[in-house]
Amino acid sequence: MKVKADYYYSEEHEWVRVEGDLAYIGITDYAQHHLGNTVFVELPENESEFAAGEVIGVIESVKAVADMHTPVSGTVTAINEELEDSPELLNEDPYGHYIAVLKMTNPEELKALMNSEQYAAFCEQQEE
Amino acid sequence: MSKLSFEKSVAGASAFSLPRCDIPPEAVTVEIPQNFLREEDPLLPELSEVEVVRHFTELSGRAYGVDNGFYPLGSCTMKYNPKINEWAARLPGFANIHPLQPQDTVQGALQLMYELEEMLCEITGMDSFSLQPAAGAHGEMTGAMIIKAYHNSRQDYKRKKMIVPDSSHGTNPATANMLGFEIVQVKSDERGLVDLADLRSLVNDEIAGLMLTNPNTLGLFEEDIQQIAEIIHAAGGLLYYDGANANAIMGITRPGDMGFDICHLNLHKTFGTPHGGGGPGSGPVGVKSFLADFLPVPVIEKQGSKYILNYNRPLSIGKVHSFYGNFGVAVKAYTYIKALGKTGLKEACENAVLNANYLRTKLTDHYDIPYNRLCKHEFVASARKQKKESGVTALDVAKSLIDRGYHPPTIYFPLIVEEALMIEPTETETKERLDEFVEAMLAIDREARQSPDKIKAAPQQAVIRRVDEARAARRPVLKWSPEK
Repeated sequence: MKVKADYYYSEEHEWVRVEGDLAYIGITDYAQHHLGNTVFVELPENESEFAAGEVIGVIESVKAVADMHTPVSGTVTAINEELEDSPELLNEDPYGHYIAVLKMTNPEELKALMNSEQYAAFCEQQEE
Repeated sequence: MSKLSFEKSVAGASAFSLPRCDIPPEAVTVEIPQNFLREEDPLLPELSEVEVVRHFTELSGRAYGVDNGFYPLGSCTMKYNPKINEWAARLPGFANIHPLQPQDTVQGALQLMYELEEMLCEITGMDSFSLQPAAGAHGEMTGAMIIKAYHNSRQDYKRKKMIVPDSSHGTNPATANMLGFEIVQVKSDERGLVDLADLRSLVNDEIAGLMLTNPNTLGLFEEDIQQIAEIIHAAGGLLYYDGANANAIMGITRPGDMGFDICHLNLHKTFGTPHGGGGPGSGPVGVKSFLADFLPVPVIEKQGSKYILNYNRPLSIGKVHSFYGNFGVAVKAYTYIKALGKTGLKEACENAVLNANYLRTKLTDHYDIPYNRLCKHEFVASARKQKKESGVTALDVAKSLIDRGYHPPTIYFPLIVEEALMIEPTETETKERLDEFVEAMLAIDREARQSPDKIKAAPQQAVIRRVDEARAARRPVLKWSPEK
């Protein structure tokens, strides 16, 4: 199970990569592995606003349909439309493909998330 | 792969011979405006009669149904469909009537529907039924519409949230969402049952109701159902019984006695009528008396010795199906209930539970069973032990079962069990058949350890081998084109 250093992680298996006040949000390797082959990704609308923990999208795999939550609050500034035609990118390289970019309204929320080491330990615990 | 009928087509071949027309021919444009007429002939296959027969006979041999073998598809109740039901539905008095015939000329059909509704009331503890909904999810939608109509009739417009358990059938949140409800999920506790503390924390004056199967999708009886009903009712919500698992309680206990206000039944599960291609389905909805005015129109009423269809129901949610539902299915379910009777229905239920527990016990030492205790009509095993040891997943186990002549169980559902294999044998299987299935499951477990690649390459015996499910979902090819 791959974990990227310098990313933030939620217990719902989403990652956050921060660039200035922008948060790039995607799903982790653990998440894609457990979902199985993704067949459909529903993206949020540009400029829509979300509070931390709200559902911003839906990921459908051959096994299940899962809600995608945003770990931080903010306004959507970009979405990864490439995923609409090629949902398999989330399986091939989950950390290389964000789902949406949010302009954060409360960067303090990042403190509540896990770092890569904590997340790796969290995943191990989940496996037991 | 054999050819499609289009690919077998031979120009000029024909399987029909019509007598000479004995009325003067009339141009099609007389009845149909020019702009609705197509300019080219449609592309239809041209085959002789014997080629048509061969084509469909070959296809029918590829289907797998309960009449072919064991079909433990969890949550679907694939019990044997007694052939006497087909006989009854084909009786000319039922098969050759028209829904627009004057009511006086179809009194027998109306009587049958009226009596079926009465029997379903007795079986479920409800006060009134409608036979209109065409399947389970349709019944859920009808029920959710009634919940909405009830709250609206009381000017209680705040109630926009529907609670569903995290183990629920996907159709529960889907139907509630279709009707504009916001979905609130209640957690399962360590017993695999509704977490009462979580439920208490979720209810307020915005809750429209709770949709619940009992037993739940783990095959476990919701023991706290009376408390669940009290919590929902105290908050002003209604309790909806998803009848998908009614085969586990039929003749033993009743949703109406557990505190449910509305319920649907799947006649194609619980009452032995065919699923799918041989269906159609039927998902009658029953309600307690205080909700009866909201049922779909028309309702069948008895006036003296006559049966009538009453459309004058101002509070009704309206029609949810053309005419009166899938009538032929109602005839089959009526026949099933009458043939088994009160003791027979109870015995069917008991044997369904016995069979499930027999399989659960036999598989316990070889497959992980996360909530391993007395179950009802089905149980959920897991292939996570096999996956950890040899990489063989629930999907691989399912594919290997195909090679061994079985329809696989439901896999990857409910979502709260990893590598889930949801197994429902139903009452119509013999002990010998169950023992054979256990042998097949144990053989797969052995082979998973010895030569996992063989399991991963299954099915080898089926006409179609391992399907690329992801590609089929991502880029479905749904249309045949002649140029390809």
